[in-house]
This record gives sequence, structure tokens and C-alpha cells, in this order.
Amino acid sequence: MERRPEVSELLDLAEMVVSLASDREQLEVVVVHERETEARAYEGEVESLTVAESRGVGVRVVSGNRQGFAYTGTFDEDAVGEALAEARDNMSFATPDEHCGVAEPDGVDPVDLDLYRGSLCDHPTDAKVAMALELERLTRSADSRIKGVESADYSDSVSETAVATTTGILATSKETGSILSVYALAEEDGETQAGFGFSIGRELADLDTEKAAQDAATRATRMLGAVKPPSGRLTVVLDPWVSAQFLGIAGGTLSGEMVQKGRSLFADRLGDDVAAPELTLIDDPTDVCAITASATDGEGLATRRNVLIDGGRLDRFVHNSQTARRAGTVSTGSAVRSYSSTPGVGVRAVSVIPGMLNQDDLVAGIEDGVLVQGVSGLHSGVNPVSGDFSTGAEGLRIRGGELAEPVREFTIASTIQRMLLDLEAIGSDLQWLPMKAAGVTLVIGELTISGI
Amino acid sequence: MENEKSGRRGDDGRLLPMVAPDVLAETLSSAMGTGAEFAEVFVEDRHSVSALFDDGRVEEITSGRDRGAGLRVVVGDTTGFAHTADLSPAGLRTAAEAAATAARGGGGDVHQVALDRPTGPFPDPVEIMPGEVPKAHKVSLLERADVAARESDAAVTQVTLRYADSNRRIQVANSEGLLTSDQQVRTMFSVSCVASGDMGMQTGRESIGHTVGFEVFDKVDVEDLARRAARRALLKLEAVPAPSGEMPVVVGPGGGGVLFHEACGHGLEADLIAKSASVFAGRCGEVVAAPIVTLVDDGTMPGEWGRYAIDDEGRPAQRNVLIDEGVLTDYMWDHLRARREGRVSSGNGRRQGYRHLPMVRMTNTYLGVGDADPDEIVADTEHGVYVAQLGGGQVNTATGDFVFGMTEAYMIEGGRLTSPIRDGNLIGNGPQTLLDIDAIAGDFAMGSPGTCGKDGQGVPVGDGTPTLRVTRLTVGGTAA
Repeated sequence: MERRPEVSELLDLAEMVVSLASDREQLEVVVVHERETEARAYEGEVESLTVAESRGVGVRVVSGNRQGFAYTGTFDEDAVGEALAEARDNMSFATPDEHCGVAEPDGVDPVDLDLYRGSLCDHPTDAKVAMALELERLTRSADSRIKGVESADYSDSVSETAVATTTGILATSKETGSILSVYALAEEDGETQAGFGFSIGRELADLDTEKAAQDAATRATRMLGAVKPPSGRLTVVLDPWVSAQFLGIAGGTLSGEMVQKGRSLFADRLGDDVAAPELTLIDDPTDVCAITASATDGEGLATRRNVLIDGGRLDRFVHNSQTARRAGTVSTGSAVRSYSSTPGVGVRAVSVIPGMLNQDDLVAGIEDGVLVQGVSGLHSGVNPVSGDFSTGAEGLRIRGGELAEPVREFTIASTIQRMLLDLEAIGSDLQWLPMKAAGVTLVIGELTISGI
Repeated sequence: MENEKSGRRGDDGRLLPMVAPDVLAETLSSAMGTGAEFAEVFVEDRHSVSALFDDGRVEEITSGRDRGAGLRVVVGDTTGFAHTADLSPAGLRTAAEAAATAARGGGGDVHQVALDRPTGPFPDPVEIMPGEVPKAHKVSLLERADVAARESDAAVTQVTLRYADSNRRIQVANSEGLLTSDQQVRTMFSVSCVASGDMGMQTGRESIGHTVGFEVFDKVDVEDLARRAARRALLKLEAVPAPSGEMPVVVGPGGGGVLFHEACGHGLEADLIAKSASVFAGRCGEVVAAPIVTLVDDGTMPGEWGRYAIDDEGRPAQRNVLIDEGVLTDYMWDHLRARREGRVSSGNGRRQGYRHLPMVRMTNTYLGVGDADPDEIVADTEHGVYVAQLGGGQVNTATGDFVFGMTEAYMIEGGRLTSPIRDGNLIGNGPQTLLDIDAIAGDFAMGSPGTCGKDGQGVPVGDGTPTLRVTRLTVGGTAA
């Protein structure tokens, strides 16, 4: 393969483009390089192996309170020049907005996060392929009822990013990530159930193949014999995998852009009690445990720990530099983007302050309820503007403080507002997942179950 | 630059190649090496423009260009894949060797590949290339639609509009001698409105998308589209909580395609069938649906969002009948799965872009018409839900359990539509739902353009249905 560019070379390219700025314009250039390996195993063979390298450059131009943007999927100089010309042309059609502009250095130094493991690059591809094969083998042998594996994947990425602006921002980041994921198929009496397992880390040594395999097998086999439950209102326990998705959506409603554009449920609620007092919701991209951790944001500013909800009270919205200017405040280092988009605003690494009890202890305190281990249709049944929340679900009934029969083909429904207030307990089992939020067992007082 | 975007044509009327055929042949020869059974080069050059109008202003216009090639080499059961943004002979050769090494077929002799003359259908004609339309025209569409949405009612408090076009040129060559190309132009427009009332905020959305150029706006009135999106949001300000539990569900024309996409479409994709990860595995020739159900996946529907001349493995698009009067007739196939079964692909091998491996995907999936009267279907329903617009959906193909969202729906009480209801999901089981369809009308319509996600890749898909009724689905609301 080609020689991999150093992150300093990315910065050189970004600075070179920035130097082309005219006197009256601001430029922001983001340069990304990523190398990926992806291996999929099936029936003891390598089904596919991808070894790939991607490059991209995004150029944002601001002048006369207007902005324009263009990107290209290469470092080729002509293509980057074309992107700059396109961005300038695009700018001329935008409506002026006095808050437009690239970020200004704010004096906050990025925390030195250790997110890069050279060892990931040093490992031969064979070792990675072997992990996918081992994952499939372990999953198939985890339980006699596991009759198939839909996919058993190893994948990793090594990515480097540089951001440079005419305002003097020069930021670089470099990180590695690796993940094992597996979908197991359990079969009994002609019925099939699927379950997944995963393990994430920054290098091979972080990955726990056995746990991923065992989790997938357990999740699939314990659903065998699942029935559709009757409709009613029940106490619901959200498994960490599910709660992380819910917390990510809740965090998303606290974006300064959503607030300013009249699309946030919580727009006028700063300082109000919007959640149960047990809940302290934090977005902290400087937490190295988060796979989404990053020392700098999409505009090159330092990320920081932002407490969003403090003991149930709404404390803060997150901002990029543009929404901060509009709100008369400072950026919270929450610009999110890829090289092919302008900086948006969003949470990156949401978590909560965990409670004292583990999932078993929490379940033991529930007479009649349901443990939800998976949800579906979050994009179709959850409306983050109105707050309506309705998702497909599967899991296990809780009877007399113990996990009982499996249930499937039902929905759980409420509103985001109510769910935050109806939160009864937070588990001690906080874990970082391959998404922008950590998961933890959450007990929600009452949700509507729709089944038979 | 602009000429480049429209794609120059040669004397035979075909697009001039992005990579010369002799370079593709050489690349394939080194990809085959010793022992490879199949190799393929997929070249893509994609230009896109999107314009976002939000909060009363043109917020941004974004231009993008992605150009590169994906190299696939198959040895035994293993596929090796690599991609590159470098389309020079050296760049392609490097990627070919990487793919061959990944498939463990690399090294040794060069296996000579000879390519046939270019074959396959011609690209769809485009009357007005979006790349040649001034950006100011695109912006003026957004401005007009914004005014129309806001003027429809004072309760409309926010409007987001998006215009997007793309011009994707692809070229496919493989070790079986195939050499073909296509130019796929897409134009879309969407409106999202927020309406505010005493009970909080509600949203309404409308979108159109076609595989044609800017001429689409000769037929589509964006102001009308905007007013319809606003109306949806306004209507829901009065909405009552959705009911909870099993009941009959009537789905309006155009709205129900997502239901079939999720209830059985994914379950009929040959890659999931081969791994027994679908409830429909091994059921060809069996009755899987009510006899009034005929389901088709058709990549040839002119202008529709999931339309193309050739798929991303170079096969011409086809009309494939999946369920014929209740009987499962066939699955959907890509080249690799079909090759293993000794048959031909059904033209369903698609990929998001050159950085992705192709797999089996749907195109435009639709339910054939029936002979019921749409009004009578409602009149004949004592208590249930009428879904006028569906959101997205999701399926667990192993169990067949699927959900889909309702973004405009009403209660049916005493055979009449009554209160609008709030957003939520419906849940059902695919095989059961297909059997529970008891009425289909003749008022067929295509639905909104969609993006189907599978294994991390998104591809454009279309769907359509006439009015239909399912005797029993679970509505996931909060009301008793």
C-alpha cells in the first residue's frame, strides 16, 4: 500500500489551503485520513477482507457574514483547488448571518488524551482475521442451540485529522479504534432468535473475544420461546445497550442549534427540573473510556466536560462557535462534523453518574416488570421535536424480582419528557458502547407496553 | 468542469470511459493473479450539490466530489476488497494487488483478462443536467417553498428545506469480460415543518426524489409540497395519543411500501437466505401471503428513486416478481450469491459507493393493485387506525418482527376517520402480516424517496402500494 501520511503532513496541507485565503475571507480546512481493516468470518472461512484507505478534505469559506462549503475525497491538489473554488461560489448564494464565522482560538488547551495505539498498525492483518475466525468459532460453540452466525466481524480504524483556520487554529488528532461484533442465531423447535455481542477498544489487546461470543449466545438463546405480551403499563428496566440509545437521543435535544431554531423540547427550560433528581447527564469527550473521545472538536477547539442535567435540573445546552455567538456565550467545544459537512452542534460522549446497585439488584426490587434488551425503530418512532417515544422491543419479563419468560413483538411508549421524570433508579453498571453514549441499567417507573 | 459533469459520449452513443478499457483489463489481470476465480473493478465519479434553507435563510450550499475505484477479488469463499482514490494505472494496480492479497490469491503469474465490447443498457436520458442549472435557481425554489409553508398558518414556527442533486457515473469491468457503464442522476427536494400549539410542538415532512434532472420541477410544485408538509404538522397539533394494542390497520396509497420493505423485502435478500438468517429461507414455491398479495421489486421503473440502468456489479436492472398471488416465487440476488447457485443475478447488487462491497439490495418495491374500493375498506373497519404517511422502519430478519413509524395517522371509529393521532411505531411479524392482508384497493401510488440502510451502507430505494388493510397489527401508542 501507499505510505501513510503523518498527521503533520495533513496539517501542512490544511495550512497550505488556508494560505490561499484572500484578505476579506476566513477559511477553515479540515483534512482527514483513515485506514481501515475489516474481516468477516463465516463457517470457518474468511468471507470478506477489506483493507482500505480513505482521504478527504473539507473547505469552509466565510466572507461578508456568509458561508460556503465544499469537499473532495482525495488530497489531489487540483481537486482541493476545485473544492475551494466551489466553496467560494457556494458562499455567494448564502443569506448573510452576523453570527457566521470560523472558530477563534479561545485559550482552552486541549487535554492530552492518549487515543492512539501504534500497536494496532503493527499487527499483521492475519492476526486480525484470526480474531474474526475465533469470534465465530467461540460463538458457535457457546451453546448447542447456536445453529448459525449471521456475521462475525473484526474491524478497526486508524484515523488522523487536522483542522487549520485563518483565525490561527491549528489542531490535530490521531486515534485508533477496534471492534469485534457478532450476530448469533439460536434455533430450537423450528424457531430462530438472533442476539448480538461486541467488544470495543483501541488495540487488539483490549478486545475480549470470549465475552462478545458469550453475550451474543446468551442474548439469542434467552429469547427462544418468546411470546407476545399483553398490553398494559409496567415498570421497565432498560439494559445498558438500550439506555445508551435513549441517553444519546435525550442529549441530542440539548443542542444549542435545536434550541435556537425552535426545535428543542427543552428550549425554555434552563434551570428547571426536567428529570428525576437521580439524573446527572454529562457530555465529556475528554473521557478516554469513551470510544468517541476526542481532544478537539470539529472546529479545532478543545473539547471539555459539560454537565447538561445536574441532579435533575437542566444546566446547559451545547454549542459550536456559531450558535455560541448567537446565544451570547462561548463554544462548549461541541462542533461535530465529518470532512464532508460543515460543523453542526451535538453531544459526543454522553454518560450519567452511576448509582449503587447492579442490574440483578435492581431487578430484585421489581415485582412486575420487563427488562428490555433490544429496541428497534428508534428513527421511525421517536420524534425528538414533539418528544413522542415509541419503539419496538424485546426482552424478558420480571416477576417477583426475577427474570422470567422472554417476550417479543411489543412496543414501549411514553414521551422523552416523561421518561426523564419517571426515572426511578440508575444502575452501577456504566459501560461505554460503540456509540456516542455510555449505557447503564435504567429503571423507568411506568411505560406503556403494547402487545396483544 | 461542467462538461465533465454531464458526461461526454463517444460515437456509439456510450459515455466515454472514466478509465480506459485496456487499463481496466490490465488491472483485472493483476488482480486475478494465480488462483482467483473472479475479479472486478468498480469505478465511480460522483458530483453532488445540496442546499439547505433553515430558520428563514439559505444556511449553506455544499458541493462534493468523490471519485475512486473499488477492487474485488474472489478466491474460494473469500472476497478480498480494496479501494483507491487514485485512478492512474499504478494506483489501480496497487489496489488490485491489495485486494488479491486480502483474498490470498496474490502473487505469482498474471492471469490475462480480455474485456468484451461495452454492453448493457444506455443510461437514462436527462433533459436538464442539474450541474448546468445556476445555483440561484435552486435557491429560489427553497425561498418560494419557505414562504408557502410559513404563510399557510401562523402556527408554523420553523421550516427546513433541502434541495439536493447528484450525478454518479459508474464503470464496471470484471474477469468474465464484462465492460459496462451508467450515469445515474438524482434530484430531490424535502420540506420539514414545525408547528407549535398549546400542547407543544409537532412536525410534518414531505419529500420528492426522482432519477431525473432538474426537469422534475416542471411537474412538482414545491410550494404545494411545502403546504402539505405544513398541513401535516398543523394537523398533529390536535392529535390525541395513539392507541395501544392489536387492531386492524388501514394504510393509505403510497404510504405502505415501507411495510413491505420491512415485513418481507429484507427477508427475501439472497445473502440473508444463504445464512438462514431469514424466516423466508427455504420457502420458495410456498404460500407465504394472502392470495391477493403480489409483490414486485422493480429496478426498471422510469424516474423512480430506486431506478438504474445497471446495478453496481454491471447487471441490467430487472423487474422481479417476489410474491405472485400469495406464492413466494424467488429471492433477490447479487452476482456473487447467484454465481454460487449457478444462476444469474437479478440485478440487485448495489453499494453505497466505491469504498463499499456490493450486496443484495432492494430497488423499487411495490404491492400490486387489488379490486377493493378504498373508501369501502375504511367504511368496513369498525375500530382501527388509518395510516396516511409512514416514516421509516426496521426488521429483525431472523424472527421476522418488524416495526414501522406512522407520521400521519387517524383513528377509525365506526367506519369513519376521526381524530389524528400522535407519532409512534407499529409492530408486527412479517410472515403473519402477509397472511393478514384482507383488502387491497386499486388506487396505487408511489411513496416518498427513501434511503435503505443495511450493514452500514445506505442506498436510495423507492416503494409504493395501493390502500390496503391488515386485520391485525400492534399499534405502539400510550392510550388504553
